[in-house]
Amino acid sequence: MATNGSTLATLKRGQKGIIRAVNAADPQVQRLMVLGLVEGTEVEHASSAIGGDPMEFRLFGCGISLRQEHARHFHVAPVAAGD
Amino acid sequence: MTKSTETRVPVNEITVAKRTDASIAVVGNPNSGKSTLFNRLTGLKQRIGNYPGVTVERHIGTLKTETATLELIDLPGTHSLSAHSLEEHIAVDVIFGRMEGTRAPDGILAVLDATNLYQGLFLVQQLVELELPMIVALTMTDAAEKSGIQIDTAELSALLGVPVYPIVATTGAGLNLLRSALADIKQVTPPRRIRVWPALSEAASQLAENASEPLRFAELERLLIDGATDSNQVIVGKLSDAARSKLAGVRSELFESEPPIARDARIRYAWVRGVLDKVQKSAPAYVSWRSRITDFVNRPVPGTIGLFLVMAIVFQAVFAWATPMMDAIDAGSSALGAAVFERLGDTAFSSLIADGVIAGVGSVVIFLPQIMILFLFIILLEDSGYLARAAYLMDRTMRSVGLSGQSIIPMISSFACAVPGIMATRVIPNRRDRIATIMAAPFMTCSARLPIYALLIAAFVPATNVGILNLQGLVLFGLYLFGIVMGILTALLMRKTTLRGPKPPFALMLPEFRSPNLQTVGIQLLGRAKVFLKRAGTVIFAVAVIIWALAYFPRSDEIPAGLDANSAAAVQMEQSWLGRAGKVIEPVFEPLGWDWRVSSAVIAGFPAREVVIAVLGTVYAVGDDADEGTLSTRLKSATRPDGSKVFTLPMVIGLLIFYACCLQCVATLAIIRRETNTWRWPIFAWTYMTVIGYVGALLAFQLGSA
Repeated sequence: MATNGSTLATLKRGQKGIIRAVNAADPQVQRLMVLGLVEGTEVEHASSAIGGDPMEFRLFGCGISLRQEHARHFHVAPVAAGD
Repeated sequence: MTKSTETRVPVNEITVAKRTDASIAVVGNPNSGKSTLFNRLTGLKQRIGNYPGVTVERHIGTLKTETATLELIDLPGTHSLSAHSLEEHIAVDVIFGRMEGTRAPDGILAVLDATNLYQGLFLVQQLVELELPMIVALTMTDAAEKSGIQIDTAELSALLGVPVYPIVATTGAGLNLLRSALADIKQVTPPRRIRVWPALSEAASQLAENASEPLRFAELERLLIDGATDSNQVIVGKLSDAARSKLAGVRSELFESEPPIARDARIRYAWVRGVLDKVQKSAPAYVSWRSRITDFVNRPVPGTIGLFLVMAIVFQAVFAWATPMMDAIDAGSSALGAAVFERLGDTAFSSLIADGVIAGVGSVVIFLPQIMILFLFIILLEDSGYLARAAYLMDRTMRSVGLSGQSIIPMISSFACAVPGIMATRVIPNRRDRIATIMAAPFMTCSARLPIYALLIAAFVPATNVGILNLQGLVLFGLYLFGIVMGILTALLMRKTTLRGPKPPFALMLPEFRSPNLQTVGIQLLGRAKVFLKRAGTVIFAVAVIIWALAYFPRSDEIPAGLDANSAAAVQMEQSWLGRAGKVIEPVFEPLGWDWRVSSAVIAGFPAREVVIAVLGTVYAVGDDADEGTLSTRLKSATRPDGSKVFTLPMVIGLLIFYACCLQCVATLAIIRRETNTWRWPIFAWTYMTVIGYVGALLAFQLGSA
């Protein structure tokens, strides 16, 4: 689970990462898992609104926007560019 | 194949023809093209109602094929069968046949978006476990193809154990095959359960053995995952005591210390990824014009500027395009009223028809152009996927005032008219947010306030310049700003008090841009118009007739001969119940500096604030069609019996504040009632806004006159 402290919130624009662990205690985070943000899924940080919050992520062609406070609960292993 | 109709007895033919052969629930993710497909299949044969006790709309349509008449229920979009929102709750209850007044479905039409199989299959897999006859419609196959996604439909069908029909809802390709498949849905063998999570299935089987009556596997699984929630009590009640006592133990063994929903999601999505590997050839990619637009709106600054541009266009359209139509409706109802007087003479009956019925109907219909135009834009923006993006861009700003991004469109729309604005709050999924937005919306300066502002400002604010700005314009701008500030404060106050609650989960799906389907847009637009005319129309109409009666009766017989028509009307007004009410209520408004004339105009304006100008015209004996110039001269020279001026500057400022705050609009009240499904909120909004308006006007007059 080598995430080096990376979470969805620390992914740069255009960067991809694979979700490795989720702090699922918060019901709102569980709700996001129902939308497909689960361990093993590759996610791309597509954009963010002014001020960097909320953020837009893409997974398998669908876009989901979430607030930074929630994005922090998803630990990711960044995928190196060119993969 | 023998058609079943051939064996029917002729006597029963009529009832048989009317009978619904099967009830089918249309289930899918939000934005999966579900509603487009539903509209394609049922056309205008739809009934819009409400589910009992809630504000969620129930759409039921009829699909007639050569062999069958089918009832289709368009369920609210859902991501999972574990219900998180009100909409999802309803979808789940209908699917399980637990919804009061709605037939348990005989089969499921699952709508699967080919461009988003990932989330779609998560739901479809859960639907398979229902063990009901099921058909999958694979929508957006054209968009998927353009994005380079190839889907092996045969393999997908085999993996799910369910027939899959690829369609393009916008062009109608593949629909005929789907229709005939739906007609025979009862003959479809329910799919076998997919063993996604053996441990869960095992636990569910154990519970099933201990049930007092046969229970559906899917329901037991839901019970295990979600626990004994309110909606699961029905199932708990059917379990034996032994099973009930074991439930907690089984659950903790199954999920250990992990939240059940989290584990459930992880396991099912792992299965989905496995299926995607087998049936989807290439990963979806953003292409062509869509990718260019998406790239543009994804950059924070251009995206936000673009959003303001779009909103400016919408606002302008609602304001400007509607005006000619509203004027035409106004002129039309006036001409019709005049014609009635011409034909029937000046009697109580003709006045009832002209001033009561025709003017009453006119006051309802006059809202239609704004509603239709605004909703045209909202539906276009929603169907194209932009509305979600607007909410996303504005979320941070709106959050600072206790709302969320989804509130922005209703708030902006309310500058034109609060009625469509409040109708537009249905895009807000969180109930607290939605009500806070509904309470804030009527403070936005709507187009009906504008004539009153214009009249009073033109009459009492000097047209001098302050720097490069015109003082009159500045005052008008200040009134708009005042409305915004009041609205925001109200929302903030409500979120901190009665509507306090956890921050709503903000997880917004941002669909790829797509061109809206015109048929769907048209059907939705007609639906909105019908809902407005039926629900709001009846109330507005009734109130218009009541106000007419108050101004018409009792007839005055003391009108001196030789008085011109305008002065006679003024005398009648003074004699009428309305005029008397104005005099009775005068002491209440006295501290605001109003005389009985202003008071009766304000009372008459409670059903619809724009009426106040016509009433002022009548009481000041300039006729109700008086142009602003005549009326403002008359207002400026209006005096009390002691000779002092009625319209002093503090009094006018107070009156403006009163109009900026007060909820003088029955249409808005009726729509709040409709959208919140209780009288509590309209009564609260009315009282709250009236009190604020009164206190504001009182302060302005008393402090200004001191």
